[in-house]
Amino acid sequence: MTHFLQRLGHTTLSSFAKLGRGSFFLIQILSACLSVFLRPKLLIKQLYSVGVLSFLIITISGLFVGMVLGLQGFYILSDFGAEETLGIMVAASLVRELGPVVSALLFAGRAGSALTAEIGLMKATEQLSGMEMMAIDPIKRIIAPRFLAGFISMPLLSALFSSIGVLGGHMIGVGVLGVDDGSYWAQMQAGLDFQDDIINGIIKSIVFGFAISWISLFEGYDTIPTSEGVSRATTRTVVNSAFTILGLDFILTALMFGDI
Amino acid sequence: MQNTKTQDTLVGLFVACGIAALFFMAMQISNLSAFSNNKTYTITANFENSGGLKVKSPVSVAGVRIGRVSNISINKDSYESVVEMLIEAQYNLPDDTSASIFTAGLLGEQYISLEPGGSEDFMQQGGMIDITQSAIVLEEVIGQFLFDKAAEE
Repeated sequence: MTHFLQRLGHTTLSSFAKLGRGSFFLIQILSACLSVFLRPKLLIKQLYSVGVLSFLIITISGLFVGMVLGLQGFYILSDFGAEETLGIMVAASLVRELGPVVSALLFAGRAGSALTAEIGLMKATEQLSGMEMMAIDPIKRIIAPRFLAGFISMPLLSALFSSIGVLGGHMIGVGVLGVDDGSYWAQMQAGLDFQDDIINGIIKSIVFGFAISWISLFEGYDTIPTSEGVSRATTRTVVNSAFTILGLDFILTALMFGDI
Repeated sequence: MQNTKTQDTLVGLFVACGIAALFFMAMQISNLSAFSNNKTYTITANFENSGGLKVKSPVSVAGVRIGRVSNISINKDSYESVVEMLIEAQYNLPDDTSASIFTAGLLGEQYISLEPGGSEDFMQQGGMIDITQSAIVLEEVIGQFLFDKAAEE
Protein backbone atom coordinates (compact mmCIF):
# COMPACT_ATOMS: atom_id res chain seq x y z
CA MET A 1 0.00 0.00 0.00
CA THR A 2 2.72 2.42 0.98
CA HIS A 3 4.58 1.32 -2.10
CA PHE A 4 1.58 2.15 -4.27
CA LEU A 5 1.11 5.56 -2.67
CA GLN A 6 4.80 6.26 -3.08
CA ARG A 7 4.64 5.43 -6.76
CA LEU A 8 1.52 7.52 -7.28
CA GLY A 9 3.18 10.47 -5.58
CA HIS A 10 6.34 10.01 -7.59
CA THR A 11 4.43 9.89 -10.90
CA THR A 12 2.40 12.97 -10.03
CA LEU A 13 5.42 14.96 -8.91
CA SER A 14 7.52 13.98 -11.90
CA SER A 15 4.76 14.81 -14.38
CA PHE A 16 4.33 18.21 -12.74
CA ALA A 17 8.07 18.74 -12.87
CA LYS A 18 8.06 17.82 -16.54
CA LEU A 19 5.21 20.22 -17.24
CA GLY A 20 7.16 22.94 -15.50
CA ARG A 21 10.35 22.18 -17.45
CA GLY A 22 8.27 22.12 -20.64
CA SER A 23 6.71 25.50 -19.95
CA PHE A 24 10.04 27.03 -19.06
CA PHE A 25 11.51 25.55 -22.23
CA LEU A 26 8.67 27.09 -24.27
CA ILE A 27 9.32 30.52 -22.78
CA GLN A 28 13.00 30.16 -23.63
CA ILE A 29 12.16 29.20 -27.22
CA LEU A 30 9.70 32.04 -27.67
CA SER A 31 12.14 34.62 -26.39
CA ALA A 32 14.83 33.21 -28.69
CA CYS A 33 12.56 33.23 -31.75
CA LEU A 34 13.30 36.81 -32.77
CA SER A 35 17.03 36.15 -33.03
CA VAL A 36 16.30 33.49 -35.68
CA PHE A 37 15.44 36.24 -38.14
CA LEU A 38 19.00 37.49 -37.83
CA ARG A 39 20.14 34.18 -39.32
CA PRO A 40 17.51 33.23 -41.91
CA LYS A 41 19.85 30.56 -43.34
CA LEU A 42 19.25 28.38 -40.28
CA LEU A 43 15.50 28.71 -40.68
CA ILE A 44 15.62 27.83 -44.38
CA LYS A 45 17.63 24.72 -43.67
CA GLN A 46 15.02 23.60 -41.13
CA LEU A 47 12.11 24.53 -43.39
CA TYR A 48 13.70 22.20 -45.89
CA SER A 49 14.02 19.24 -43.54
CA VAL A 50 10.72 19.82 -41.75
CA GLY A 51 8.51 21.16 -44.52
CA VAL A 52 9.84 20.17 -47.91
CA LEU A 53 10.59 16.60 -46.91
CA SER A 54 7.05 16.20 -45.51
CA PHE A 55 5.60 17.56 -48.75
CA LEU A 56 5.33 14.23 -50.53
CA ILE A 57 3.66 12.23 -47.77
CA ILE A 58 1.18 15.04 -47.14
CA THR A 59 0.17 15.48 -50.78
CA ILE A 60 -0.14 11.76 -51.45
CA SER A 61 -2.17 11.17 -48.29
CA GLY A 62 -4.33 14.18 -49.10
CA LEU A 63 -5.02 12.84 -52.56
CA PHE A 64 -6.01 9.42 -51.29
CA VAL A 65 -8.10 10.71 -48.39
CA GLY A 66 -9.97 12.95 -50.83
CA MET A 67 -10.47 10.09 -53.25
CA VAL A 68 -11.81 7.79 -50.54
CA LEU A 69 -14.13 10.52 -49.27
CA GLY A 70 -15.43 11.00 -52.81
CA LEU A 71 -16.02 7.28 -53.21
CA GLN A 72 -17.68 6.66 -49.84
CA GLY A 73 -19.63 9.91 -49.94
CA PHE A 74 -20.95 9.05 -53.37
CA TYR A 75 -22.18 5.60 -52.30
CA ILE A 76 -24.11 6.98 -49.34
CA LEU A 77 -25.36 10.18 -50.97
CA SER A 78 -26.58 8.35 -54.09
CA ASP A 79 -28.97 6.37 -51.85
CA PHE A 80 -30.77 9.64 -51.26
CA GLY A 81 -30.34 10.93 -54.77
CA ALA A 82 -28.13 13.68 -53.41
CA GLU A 83 -24.88 12.98 -55.30
CA GLU A 84 -24.75 16.65 -56.25
CA THR A 85 -23.87 17.56 -52.67
CA LEU A 86 -20.70 15.46 -52.83
CA GLY A 87 -18.61 18.62 -53.21
CA ILE A 88 -19.64 20.16 -49.92
CA MET A 89 -19.34 16.85 -48.08
CA VAL A 90 -15.78 16.30 -49.26
CA ALA A 91 -14.70 19.91 -48.81
CA ALA A 92 -16.32 20.47 -45.41
CA SER A 93 -14.87 17.31 -43.89
CA LEU A 94 -11.44 18.09 -45.30
CA VAL A 95 -11.26 21.79 -44.51
CA ARG A 96 -12.79 21.58 -41.04
CA GLU A 97 -11.42 18.34 -39.65
CA LEU A 98 -9.44 15.92 -41.75
CA GLY A 99 -7.10 18.44 -43.32
CA PRO A 100 -5.72 19.89 -40.09
CA VAL A 101 -5.91 16.68 -38.03
CA VAL A 102 -4.58 14.09 -40.46
CA SER A 103 -1.84 16.34 -41.74
CA ALA A 104 -0.87 17.10 -38.13
CA LEU A 105 -0.73 13.38 -37.27
CA LEU A 106 1.39 12.71 -40.35
CA PHE A 107 3.56 15.70 -39.54
CA ALA A 108 4.11 14.43 -35.99
CA GLY A 109 5.12 11.04 -37.34
CA ARG A 110 7.27 12.33 -40.17
CA ALA A 111 8.88 15.51 -38.82
CA GLY A 112 8.23 15.49 -35.07
CA SER A 113 9.89 12.13 -34.48
CA ALA A 114 12.88 13.20 -36.58
CA LEU A 115 13.24 16.40 -34.54
CA THR A 116 13.17 14.49 -31.25
CA ALA A 117 15.69 11.92 -32.45
CA GLU A 118 18.00 14.64 -33.77
CA ILE A 119 17.91 16.77 -30.63
CA GLY A 120 18.07 13.70 -28.41
CA LEU A 121 21.18 12.41 -30.17
CA MET A 122 22.75 15.86 -29.98
CA LYS A 123 22.20 15.74 -26.27
CA ALA A 124 23.41 12.14 -25.92
CA THR A 125 26.60 12.90 -27.84
CA GLU A 126 27.02 16.09 -25.77
CA GLN A 127 26.90 18.40 -28.77
CA LEU A 128 24.52 20.69 -26.93
CA SER A 129 26.86 20.93 -23.92
CA GLY A 130 29.72 21.50 -26.35
CA MET A 131 27.91 24.47 -27.83
CA GLU A 132 27.33 25.91 -24.40
CA MET A 133 31.06 25.55 -23.72
CA MET A 134 31.71 27.63 -26.83
CA ALA A 135 29.24 30.24 -25.54
CA ILE A 136 26.73 29.45 -28.27
CA ASP A 137 23.18 29.30 -26.97
CA PRO A 138 21.78 25.96 -28.24
CA ILE A 139 18.23 27.26 -27.79
CA LYS A 140 18.90 30.08 -30.21
CA ARG A 141 21.06 28.13 -32.60
CA ILE A 142 19.38 24.70 -32.68
CA ILE A 143 15.95 24.75 -31.09
CA ALA A 144 14.33 28.03 -32.13
CA PRO A 145 14.85 27.61 -35.91
CA ARG A 146 13.32 24.14 -35.75
CA PHE A 147 10.40 25.42 -33.71
CA LEU A 148 9.68 28.23 -36.16
CA ALA A 149 10.04 25.89 -39.12
CA GLY A 150 7.41 23.54 -37.68
CA PHE A 151 5.18 26.45 -36.81
CA ILE A 152 5.39 27.88 -40.35
CA SER A 153 5.19 24.58 -42.23
CA MET A 154 2.15 23.13 -40.53
CA PRO A 155 -0.54 25.54 -41.87
CA LEU A 156 0.96 25.36 -45.35
CA LEU A 157 1.01 21.56 -45.29
CA SER A 158 -2.53 21.42 -43.97
CA ALA A 159 -3.75 23.80 -46.70
CA LEU A 160 -2.01 21.62 -49.26
CA PHE A 161 -3.62 18.51 -47.80
CA SER A 162 -7.12 20.00 -47.97
CA SER A 163 -6.70 21.42 -51.47
CA ILE A 164 -5.26 18.23 -52.91
CA GLY A 165 -7.99 16.26 -51.13
CA VAL A 166 -10.70 18.38 -52.73
CA LEU A 167 -9.08 17.80 -56.11
CA GLY A 168 -8.89 14.06 -55.36
CA GLY A 169 -12.59 14.01 -54.50
CA HIS A 170 -13.24 15.88 -57.74
CA MET A 171 -11.19 13.34 -59.67
CA ILE A 172 -13.22 10.41 -58.34
CA GLY A 173 -16.62 12.10 -58.01
CA VAL A 174 -16.68 14.04 -61.28
CA GLY A 175 -14.16 12.10 -63.32
CA VAL A 176 -15.14 8.54 -62.49
CA LEU A 177 -18.59 8.51 -60.88
CA GLY A 178 -20.20 11.16 -63.03
CA VAL A 179 -21.23 13.88 -60.55
CA ASP A 180 -21.85 17.16 -62.36
CA ASP A 181 -18.74 19.33 -62.40
CA GLY A 182 -20.63 22.60 -61.90
CA SER A 183 -22.63 21.42 -58.92
CA TYR A 184 -19.54 19.91 -57.27
CA TRP A 185 -17.95 23.36 -57.06
CA ALA A 186 -21.16 25.37 -56.67
CA GLN A 187 -22.43 23.36 -53.69
CA MET A 188 -19.01 23.68 -52.10
CA GLN A 189 -18.83 27.42 -52.55
CA ALA A 190 -22.39 27.93 -51.36
CA GLY A 191 -21.92 25.78 -48.27
CA LEU A 192 -18.50 26.80 -47.01
CA ASP A 193 -17.75 30.15 -45.54
CA PHE A 194 -14.31 31.74 -45.74
CA GLN A 195 -14.27 32.98 -42.18
CA ASP A 196 -16.11 30.18 -40.43
CA ASP A 197 -14.61 27.21 -42.22
CA ILE A 198 -11.35 28.07 -43.95
CA ILE A 199 -9.95 30.43 -41.34
CA ASN A 200 -10.97 28.12 -38.49
CA GLY A 201 -9.26 25.21 -40.23
CA ILE A 202 -6.10 27.28 -40.60
CA ILE A 203 -6.24 28.32 -36.94
CA LYS A 204 -6.48 24.66 -35.99
CA SER A 205 -3.42 23.77 -38.04
CA ILE A 206 -1.45 26.66 -36.53
CA VAL A 207 -2.31 25.45 -33.02
CA PHE A 208 -1.33 21.89 -33.96
CA GLY A 209 1.93 23.07 -35.49
CA PHE A 210 2.75 24.92 -32.29
CA ALA A 211 1.91 21.91 -30.12
CA ILE A 212 3.80 19.36 -32.23
CA SER A 213 6.94 21.49 -32.47
CA TRP A 214 6.89 22.17 -28.75
CA ILE A 215 6.34 18.53 -27.76
CA SER A 216 8.90 17.05 -30.14
CA LEU A 217 11.63 19.58 -29.31
CA PHE A 218 10.99 19.32 -25.60
CA GLU A 219 11.05 15.52 -25.61
CA GLY A 220 14.35 15.66 -27.47
CA TYR A 221 15.84 18.27 -25.18
CA ASP A 222 14.60 16.53 -22.06
CA THR A 223 15.66 13.03 -23.09
CA ILE A 224 17.78 10.70 -20.97
CA PRO A 225 21.09 10.85 -22.85
CA THR A 226 21.37 7.17 -23.76
CA SER A 227 20.32 5.33 -26.91
CA GLU A 228 17.42 3.80 -25.02
CA GLY A 229 16.37 7.21 -23.73
CA VAL A 230 16.37 8.65 -27.25
CA SER A 231 14.26 5.79 -28.55
CA ARG A 232 11.77 6.25 -25.71
CA ALA A 233 11.64 9.99 -26.25
CA THR A 234 10.89 9.49 -29.95
CA THR A 235 8.04 7.13 -29.13
CA ARG A 236 6.68 9.56 -26.54
CA THR A 237 6.75 12.38 -29.11
CA VAL A 238 4.53 10.49 -31.53
CA VAL A 239 2.14 9.21 -28.87
CA ASN A 240 1.85 12.49 -26.96
CA SER A 241 1.52 14.52 -30.15
CA ALA A 242 -1.31 12.29 -31.35
CA PHE A 243 -3.15 12.61 -28.03
CA THR A 244 -2.60 16.35 -27.92
CA ILE A 245 -3.76 16.85 -31.51
CA LEU A 246 -6.95 14.85 -31.02
CA GLY A 247 -7.74 16.45 -27.67
CA LEU A 248 -7.06 19.97 -28.91
CA ASP A 249 -9.10 19.25 -32.02
CA PHE A 250 -12.10 18.33 -29.92
CA ILE A 251 -11.78 21.49 -27.83
CA LEU A 252 -11.25 23.73 -30.85
CA THR A 253 -14.17 22.18 -32.73
CA ALA A 254 -16.45 22.65 -29.74
CA LEU A 255 -15.38 26.29 -29.49
CA MET A 256 -15.53 27.08 -33.22
CA PHE A 257 -18.50 25.13 -34.53
CA GLY A 258 -20.41 24.74 -31.29
CA ASP A 259 -23.23 27.12 -32.10
CA ILE A 260 -24.22 25.50 -35.38
CA MET B 1 27.56 25.81 -52.34
CA GLN B 2 25.30 24.25 -54.95
CA ASN B 3 23.48 22.34 -52.26
CA THR B 4 22.28 25.43 -50.41
CA LYS B 5 20.92 26.89 -53.61
CA THR B 6 18.84 23.80 -54.36
CA GLN B 7 17.62 23.85 -50.80
CA ASP B 8 16.60 27.49 -51.07
CA THR B 9 14.75 26.79 -54.30
CA LEU B 10 12.92 23.80 -52.85
CA VAL B 11 11.91 25.76 -49.75
CA GLY B 12 10.71 28.59 -51.98
CA LEU B 13 8.73 26.11 -54.04
CA PHE B 14 7.22 24.59 -50.91
CA VAL B 15 6.15 27.96 -49.50
CA ALA B 16 4.77 29.00 -52.89
CA CYS B 17 2.77 25.75 -53.13
CA GLY B 18 1.41 26.26 -49.62
CA ILE B 19 0.35 29.82 -50.32
CA ALA B 20 -1.18 28.73 -53.62
CA ALA B 21 -3.17 26.10 -51.70
CA LEU B 22 -4.39 28.72 -49.22
CA PHE B 23 -5.38 30.94 -52.12
CA PHE B 24 -7.15 28.02 -53.80
CA MET B 25 -9.08 27.31 -50.60
CA ALA B 26 -10.13 30.94 -50.28
CA MET B 27 -11.22 31.44 -53.86
CA GLN B 28 -12.35 28.06 -55.11
CA ILE B 29 -13.60 26.19 -52.05
CA SER B 30 -15.23 28.97 -50.07
CA ASN B 31 -17.45 31.79 -51.20
CA LEU B 32 -14.91 34.55 -50.64
CA SER B 33 -14.96 35.54 -54.31
CA ALA B 34 -18.74 36.01 -54.25
CA PHE B 35 -19.08 38.48 -51.39
CA SER B 36 -15.76 39.99 -50.58
CA ASN B 37 -15.49 43.74 -50.52
CA ASN B 38 -18.82 44.53 -52.08
CA LYS B 39 -20.84 47.19 -50.33
CA THR B 40 -24.16 46.08 -48.98
CA TYR B 41 -27.25 47.58 -47.42
CA THR B 42 -29.65 46.07 -44.92
CA ILE B 43 -33.37 45.57 -45.34
CA THR B 44 -35.75 43.75 -43.04
CA ALA B 45 -38.92 41.76 -43.53
CA ASN B 46 -41.42 40.35 -41.04
CA PHE B 47 -42.63 36.83 -41.62
CA GLU B 48 -45.36 34.96 -39.81
CA ASN B 49 -43.12 31.91 -39.90
CA SER B 50 -39.57 31.84 -41.20
CA GLY B 51 -39.45 28.04 -41.20
CA GLY B 52 -36.00 26.58 -41.70
CA LEU B 53 -34.42 29.84 -42.83
CA LYS B 54 -30.93 30.32 -41.40
CA VAL B 55 -28.38 33.08 -41.15
CA LYS B 56 -26.43 33.11 -44.46
CA SER B 57 -29.34 31.65 -46.40
CA PRO B 58 -29.37 33.14 -49.90
CA VAL B 59 -31.59 36.04 -50.96
CA SER B 60 -32.41 36.00 -54.64
CA VAL B 61 -34.34 37.89 -57.29
CA ALA B 62 -35.54 35.86 -60.27
CA GLY B 63 -33.25 33.04 -59.17
CA VAL B 64 -30.11 35.18 -59.06
CA ARG B 65 -28.41 35.50 -55.69
CA ILE B 66 -28.13 39.17 -54.68
CA GLY B 67 -27.55 38.91 -50.93
CA ARG B 68 -27.86 36.82 -47.82
CA VAL B 69 -29.75 36.66 -44.55
CA SER B 70 -27.74 38.34 -41.83
CA ASN B 71 -29.92 37.96 -38.75
CA ILE B 72 -33.15 36.32 -37.67
CA SER B 73 -34.92 37.40 -34.49
CA ILE B 74 -38.42 37.55 -33.10
CA ASN B 75 -40.59 40.61 -32.64
CA LYS B 76 -41.58 40.49 -28.97
CA ASP B 77 -44.94 42.18 -29.51
CA SER B 78 -46.33 40.56 -32.63
CA TYR B 79 -44.44 37.24 -32.32
CA GLU B 80 -43.41 37.56 -35.92
CA SER B 81 -40.03 36.54 -37.20
CA VAL B 82 -37.86 39.53 -38.16
CA VAL B 83 -35.40 38.66 -40.91
CA GLU B 84 -32.56 41.04 -41.75
CA MET B 85 -30.94 40.73 -45.15
CA LEU B 86 -27.75 42.16 -46.60
CA ILE B 87 -28.29 43.15 -50.24
CA GLU B 88 -25.40 44.08 -52.51
CA ALA B 89 -25.39 47.81 -53.11
CA GLN B 90 -25.35 47.47 -56.87
CA TYR B 91 -28.90 46.09 -56.84
CA ASN B 92 -31.69 48.58 -56.28
CA LEU B 93 -35.05 47.22 -55.23
CA PRO B 94 -38.39 49.07 -55.58
CA ASP B 95 -39.92 49.86 -52.19
CA ASP B 96 -42.97 47.72 -52.89
CA THR B 97 -40.89 44.57 -53.31
CA SER B 98 -42.45 41.46 -51.81
CA ALA B 99 -40.57 38.61 -50.13
CA SER B 100 -41.36 34.90 -49.98
CA ILE B 101 -39.55 32.00 -48.38
CA PHE B 102 -39.12 29.09 -50.76
CA THR B 103 -37.35 25.77 -50.58
CA ALA B 104 -34.75 24.80 -53.16
CA GLY B 105 -35.96 21.39 -54.28
CA LEU B 106 -38.04 19.13 -52.08
CA LEU B 107 -35.52 18.77 -49.27
CA GLY B 108 -33.14 21.58 -50.11
CA GLU B 109 -32.28 24.64 -48.07
CA GLN B 110 -34.72 27.50 -47.70
CA TYR B 111 -34.08 30.87 -49.29
CA ILE B 112 -35.78 34.22 -49.66
CA SER B 113 -37.08 35.11 -53.08
CA LEU B 114 -37.75 38.80 -53.68
CA GLU B 115 -40.35 39.88 -56.21
CA PRO B 116 -39.75 43.52 -57.28
CA GLY B 117 -42.87 45.67 -57.59
CA GLY B 118 -43.54 48.59 -59.92
CA SER B 119 -42.74 51.51 -57.64
CA GLU B 120 -40.44 54.30 -58.82
CA ASP B 121 -38.80 54.68 -55.40
CA PHE B 122 -36.04 52.38 -54.21
CA MET B 123 -35.45 50.70 -50.87
CA GLN B 124 -32.98 52.51 -48.64
CA GLN B 125 -30.66 51.21 -45.94
CA GLY B 126 -32.87 49.87 -43.14
CA GLY B 127 -35.89 49.62 -45.43
CA MET B 128 -38.77 47.31 -44.63
CA ILE B 129 -40.56 44.84 -46.87
CA ASP B 130 -44.31 44.94 -46.16
CA ILE B 131 -45.64 42.18 -48.35
CA THR B 132 -44.32 38.81 -47.21
CA GLN B 133 -45.22 35.18 -47.65
CA SER B 134 -44.18 32.72 -44.96
CA ALA B 135 -42.27 29.53 -45.35
CA ILE B 136 -44.34 26.55 -46.34
CA VAL B 137 -44.19 23.99 -43.57
CA LEU B 138 -44.54 20.58 -45.12
CA GLU B 139 -46.47 19.09 -42.19
CA GLU B 140 -49.09 21.84 -42.38
CA VAL B 141 -49.57 21.29 -46.11
CA ILE B 142 -49.94 17.54 -45.68
CA GLY B 143 -52.29 18.04 -42.74
CA GLN B 144 -54.42 20.46 -44.75
CA PHE B 145 -54.48 18.05 -47.68
CA LEU B 146 -55.60 15.12 -45.54
CA PHE B 147 -58.23 17.29 -43.87
CA ASP B 148 -59.63 18.39 -47.26
CA LYS B 149 -59.70 14.80 -48.50
CA ALA B 150 -61.60 13.70 -45.43
CA ALA B 151 -64.09 16.56 -45.81
CA GLU B 152 -64.78 15.63 -49.43
CA GLU B 153 -65.84 12.09 -48.64
